[in-house]
Amino acid sequence: MYKIKLISLLIVIFLTSNVHALIEVDITRGNLNPLPIAVSALHSDNETNDKFKKDIKIDNIGDKISSVIENNLRTTGLFNPLEKKAFLQKPDVAHLKPRFEDWSLIKAQALITGKVEFKDDKVRVEFRLWDVLAAREMLALAFTTVPNNWRRIGHIISDKIYERLTGEKGYFDTRIIYVSEKGPKTKRIKKLAIMDQDGFNTKYLTLGNELVLTPRFNPTNQMITYLSYFKNLPRVYLLDIETGIQEVVGDFAGMTFAPRFSPDGKKIIMSFAKDGNSDIYTMDLENRIVERITNHPSIDTSPSYSPNGKYITFNSDRSGYQQIYVMKSDGSNVKRVTFGNGLYGTPVWSPRGDLIAFTKLHKGKFYIGVMRTDGKGERLLTENYYQEAPSWSPNGRVLIFYRETKSNSEGEGFSATLWSIDLTGYNERQVITETDASDPSWSSLLNN
Amino acid sequence: MPQNLILSFFFHISVILIALVTLPFVAKKPIDIPPLVSVELIQITDKTNIPFAPKAKKIIEKVKKKKEKLVSDQAPPKKVKKEKSETIPLPDQEIEKIKKIETEKQNPILDDNKAKQVSEFEKKELFDPNNIAALIDKSKENFAETTAKKDEITQSQDQSMKLLGLTLSEEDALKAQIFGCWSIPLGLPYNDNLLVRIKLKLKPDGTVIKSEILDHARMNKPGQGFYKVLAESALRAIQICQPLRVPTTGYEKWKDLQLNFDAREMLEG
Repeated sequence: MYKIKLISLLIVIFLTSNVHALIEVDITRGNLNPLPIAVSALHSDNETNDKFKKDIKIDNIGDKISSVIENNLRTTGLFNPLEKKAFLQKPDVAHLKPRFEDWSLIKAQALITGKVEFKDDKVRVEFRLWDVLAAREMLALAFTTVPNNWRRIGHIISDKIYERLTGEKGYFDTRIIYVSEKGPKTKRIKKLAIMDQDGFNTKYLTLGNELVLTPRFNPTNQMITYLSYFKNLPRVYLLDIETGIQEVVGDFAGMTFAPRFSPDGKKIIMSFAKDGNSDIYTMDLENRIVERITNHPSIDTSPSYSPNGKYITFNSDRSGYQQIYVMKSDGSNVKRVTFGNGLYGTPVWSPRGDLIAFTKLHKGKFYIGVMRTDGKGERLLTENYYQEAPSWSPNGRVLIFYRETKSNSEGEGFSATLWSIDLTGYNERQVITETDASDPSWSSLLNN
Repeated sequence: MPQNLILSFFFHISVILIALVTLPFVAKKPIDIPPLVSVELIQITDKTNIPFAPKAKKIIEKVKKKKEKLVSDQAPPKKVKKEKSETIPLPDQEIEKIKKIETEKQNPILDDNKAKQVSEFEKKELFDPNNIAALIDKSKENFAETTAKKDEITQSQDQSMKLLGLTLSEEDALKAQIFGCWSIPLGLPYNDNLLVRIKLKLKPDGTVIKSEILDHARMNKPGQGFYKVLAESALRAIQICQPLRVPTTGYEKWKDLQLNFDAREMLEG
């Protein structure tokens, strides 16, 4: 009897639950508009402003740092920093307690406030990220550093905001190494240069006496490997950024080129050409042992490791045309991954490990594209007269590459510029450099 | 005095006469059409009796005689009808029955088709959700397995509509509103599980009393930064959109509402 009652009770509960079933609505679409964000100037008192003006000749430091953040967020294409003139609340009050109604009135969905203080010859910057619609704080951090690092603080804050709002690591506190170029095409002076990812703080690492090409960072960003012509013989070099000491990599009786570090930074992988044949080699930087990875009578070049170091992608003309291949890091199990029309080159494995970026030449035009590591899902992101050498941002979301323009018979009218594009293919921007630039390489995060 | 009376008499008489001549309803009064009706009836009986068997001839003749009599007597048309139904329908009905049986034996498939067409027609004509179940029941009685499958779908649809509480147009209106408010974070990976379920408690005017992320525990798990970002974007969308475009009736059904935000379709492109 008890069982019957229980069962009937369960049935009643089941039936009533069915009758009052929760209505579900699937939302599978949204808009892809950048997130409207208000970057309020960081509040700095008069004393701090005077100190900065006196020591490093910067006016209104709070406003300057917020401009760095604003510019970083804008270049991602994911955020829409709102016009400061529309702000209703002043920075000093906003940082203590934002009036969310004022910020939602100008359609801001996120708000950044902060303040800058000068204490004991050091600058302390604190910032807060607010969710305007939920009227709550999302993130609050403070940094202390020397005043000259004020731009880096702006980049680090940008990274923290980016990570909090997108869920992935940022790429603002990074540097880009590239080849600075000057003069007509026939008499080009090329120097190694390094700058912040936003184009500021450019420094030149070589004098321009020798031709330099393809510089690449090591994982710790302290060393650079690149190609330089010494006595008209191209060789792979190593350069320590801090000390300025450089050395030739290995004692090869021929031409070495297209160098790149392994993910652990212990090896350099490169091409070695002799008697018209080019193969891929690695050299251990600790014991200087050289290992041959490919052995094929074709031109194998542009090697790049996968992030876990287990695979290598490279391009080869072993099929008759230049195509991209993937193999194990010991050189076994070589597989061709590109089968499309045109020539494929300069493959670079994404830091995320899921994609390979490449340059494609088809019908006289150059494309920068990405594909999955098995060669499927090819997407061409940008097309131009001449462009190549993509390099990934450390979060694997943006590519930097360079473009060249046509020149006349005397080499005039020629230019080389750096460009960035994100994986959507819509956010293409020129990266401003002091001179013409080519062969960019993105560092990993400095503040990792 | 007698003169006045005489004048008055003639005046009234003249008024009555004028009225009789000029007023239309008075003029129509004598016209009648029963004879015309009786002629029509005769024609019908002739046609219906032509193809019938010799046995029927005698009956037809009798009928004719009777009708002639009726016509001559100028009987009212109603009576003629009654007489016709008494005499003629008997063979008529029998023959029809015979015909039906014959066709059923010869062409059963055709009969089925006819029946299907009729049912579909009925469905189209009576597209009332409340009557769907009744229509299905009829079709189940009459038709084969193929139609039974269709009936199952419509039954479940009917049931879901009762449970769902929102019509397609109501659901579409709500979706369209939230589509416009939801800024999908573009940095999300497209291969992760990007489904955020949010339960809402609503006021009758569509404003949100309470919103709750159903997988809230996932937000604070390490490595679930993407989920947190997506969940926050969904909450922002609800905030921006409110009051939500909810139906004006049936508050009890939709006062608790679950929105499933799924970004995969958009991010995969």
